[in-house]
Amino acid sequence: MLELVVNGGRYEVEAPIGQTLAETLRGPLGLTGTKIACGEGHCGACTVQLDGVPVLSCITLVHTVGEREVTTIEGLRDHPLVDAFVRADALQCGFCTPGQIVSAAALVEADPEPTPERIRHAMAGNLCRCGTYPRIEEALLTWRD
Amino acid sequence: MARLIRTEKEVEGRYTEQWVVVEEDAAIDQWPAGPRETVGRPVPRVDGYERARGQALFTADVALPGMLHAAVLRSPYARARVRRLDLSRAREADWVLGAIGPDDCDALTLEPGFHGEPVAAVAVDSPGRAREALELIDVDWEELEPLLDPEEAVRRNELHEEPRRYERGDADAAFADADVVVEAEYRTQTVLHNPLETHQSVCRWEGDTLEVYISTQFIWGVRDDIAESLDLPPDRIRVICNFMGGGFGAKNGAHAQTFIAIALASQTGRPVRCALSRREENLATGNRNSTIQRLRAGARSDGTLVALEGEFVNAVGWKGWSGPTYGPMEMLYACENVRTLTYGAKLNLPPNAAFRAPGFVEGTFGLECLLDELAGRLELDPLELRARNHADRDLADDRPYSSKNLLECYRRAEPHWARRDAVRARSEGPWRRGVGLASQIWYGGGGPPSYAWVRIGSDGRATVITAMQDIGTGTRTAMAQIAAEELGLPLDRVRVSLGDSSRGPYASISAGSSTTPSMGPAVRAAAADAARQVIEIAAQRYHLEERLLTMQGGKVVSSDGGSWPLEEVTGLLEDAQILGKGARGPNPTGMRVLTFGIQVADVAVDVETGEVRVERIAAIHDVGRVINPLGAQSQVEGGIIQGVGHTLSEERLVDPASGIVLTQSLDAYKLPTIADVPEIVVELLDIPDEHLTNLGSKGLGEPPIVPTAAAIVNAIRDATGADVRSLPVSRDEMLRALREARERERAAAPA
Repeated sequence: MLELVVNGGRYEVEAPIGQTLAETLRGPLGLTGTKIACGEGHCGACTVQLDGVPVLSCITLVHTVGEREVTTIEGLRDHPLVDAFVRADALQCGFCTPGQIVSAAALVEADPEPTPERIRHAMAGNLCRCGTYPRIEEALLTWRD
Repeated sequence: MARLIRTEKEVEGRYTEQWVVVEEDAAIDQWPAGPRETVGRPVPRVDGYERARGQALFTADVALPGMLHAAVLRSPYARARVRRLDLSRAREADWVLGAIGPDDCDALTLEPGFHGEPVAAVAVDSPGRAREALELIDVDWEELEPLLDPEEAVRRNELHEEPRRYERGDADAAFADADVVVEAEYRTQTVLHNPLETHQSVCRWEGDTLEVYISTQFIWGVRDDIAESLDLPPDRIRVICNFMGGGFGAKNGAHAQTFIAIALASQTGRPVRCALSRREENLATGNRNSTIQRLRAGARSDGTLVALEGEFVNAVGWKGWSGPTYGPMEMLYACENVRTLTYGAKLNLPPNAAFRAPGFVEGTFGLECLLDELAGRLELDPLELRARNHADRDLADDRPYSSKNLLECYRRAEPHWARRDAVRARSEGPWRRGVGLASQIWYGGGGPPSYAWVRIGSDGRATVITAMQDIGTGTRTAMAQIAAEELGLPLDRVRVSLGDSSRGPYASISAGSSTTPSMGPAVRAAAADAARQVIEIAAQRYHLEERLLTMQGGKVVSSDGGSWPLEEVTGLLEDAQILGKGARGPNPTGMRVLTFGIQVADVAVDVETGEVRVERIAAIHDVGRVINPLGAQSQVEGGIIQGVGHTLSEERLVDPASGIVLTQSLDAYKLPTIADVPEIVVELLDIPDEHLTNLGSKGLGEPPIVPTAAAIVNAIRDATGADVRSLPVSRDEMLRALREARERERAAAPA
């Protein structure tokens, strides 16, 4: 049995050695908001926070998480960024969006008023094939309005 | 009364005739142009919160009780023969619950023709172990020599179909008479769709009914594919796709993963998920195939195009179809003499699939670059050259357009184009700046058959019901807006129920920029039918004259003063409901329904390193009435960003000796990121097409990607004088073109 702290709750899960955090979240914990789009750390769709730091959960082994608190999109559902993304239409198919919002939440925590340059730097690891990048930038520039 | 008509149906430029039932008895007039109460106004997506919060259930999230996970054994060779396939070790292992080969499933083969073609598959109950089970399959491969060069395929006549020949007028005579003739060879690369949700299906037998959860652009196409392949009655197949993580043309049918999942579900009696990994996605689910285009244009000295000629080689791959790379050359300009010859080369490479304006993206790159080379020779302004050759009617089919406002697009492009002196003046050091443009033509008229229902309950709320899919383009929102407008309801009182072939009428494919123009009119007709019933009921209940009643602001309103909240009228029904039905009417007879536009790009080129940056793109498109300007803007931006990727960074690379695909991961295959995005200015004319159904809307998904590459490459020429002729504009290609331009300059200089 493995103990995980996820979105403020403490959970016991069974996870074979070698299982990724993404698989554990999506499988036994049923937190399917975290998406797996490449499975090898190249696209950012699986982004979650560990103690507030964005990490790629598809290449994070669940047994390495330890006591660090996991925050997934389910833990950010009332974050003002959700509203900002919807208002700015910063999503099309929405498959990358949870990962985008988790990354963006870490960014605005560190810098509540990020410049376009900072946004482009911090968000460059989250791919969006629909191409909503201009809207994402807009959401991050207006999220406190 | 049901009306049976025979009409023309177009999807991505392929026309077929078919019978459709149209129930649209009373013609509904189009709304006047411009924003209405809801239609034409910017609206955030109605399903935005579900998607943003990760609550939307994609096929990737479907987990059925007892579900097994499939893995697919794929050919490691571009061409091979399987001498022996032995599944016995897999079948004997107690943890492997299903194992299938070509005898069990037609999607598997013993003679793979491309790297990644499926040969066998297994199912296990743990997703982590599925790939491990593949090691229990014993295969003797005989590797065969692959055919990889499209020109060689043409020489050997290894083609998917007979070469396509087209000619109007007399091109030879016109070229002989032309004052100026330019010719060039252009090449475009293979690019991969890479929707973030990979191809996947979950299949389960429920009694004698097959349930298929699938990430698809066409629920009904999946149903038909399965019915035909497995000889099942279509009504015993239920196809479900509620939320879908992108397709861009690659998900128009059932695809191999569905047939593999069905075969394994049949063998094991359990639900089976077959989901492709990213690397499998980039091998076996389609691509925009590479092309070679040998083009020639002849003009009089005043810029009148007198002749166009193109030889096109589409490197289709092992399966697929030869796309309309010739289309822009035949359709874009008023040129009387046009000759094209198109080959679809059959190669030992992964099959192509429709990819956002297939053929036209590639063909527009060649043609619109050639036009600028011609403008250079004629010393004519490129925008002026295009305006002079504007087509007032379609010469390929000799038909009028249902509507065309391309000259207005050109006019609106002028301020963007006029910036070029200022942009060039900002060149400094090795960075040269310039501006280029390219014109756009594409389909996007949609068509029947498409049906919708609108249900109004006693609570005065409406639900649009239709078995379409929202692939991320925002169609749920657009359909809700159309119904809300017709019903005079605020948008938050309209819901849209879609994504299930058993719970709604037939709906069209989400491809070919056809969803809004196909489905929108059906939804409007259904809403109008429901509104008519509400008014009839109100008239009877309150002793009113029907002709004085309308639905507005959530009320039934009489023009002589009274008004009644909708829920008061429908409340009479208690739990019963009103059901309106609507059908998409036919397209205007004898007309060509097309979309038009122009894009103007600003670029900066580092002439020392060959680095290219796109700094700004202005996009002006004529796509009829715009339903949701907010979603429309995002569609245009997204198309342009994919176009920038296509132009500068994306390329599927194949080992030229073995045919092995090298760019399978998202690390190797370079998609644009947020850091690569230029400033994008979007202008949509928003002029309803008066001939096109009750809505006047055309499609919008594809037009914005069509001219982007040519506009960028023409801007590169403006900045540097270099003729880029091959995509992507890698540093190699950029430096080659710069070298060639310098040599040309040197040769032209007096000794």
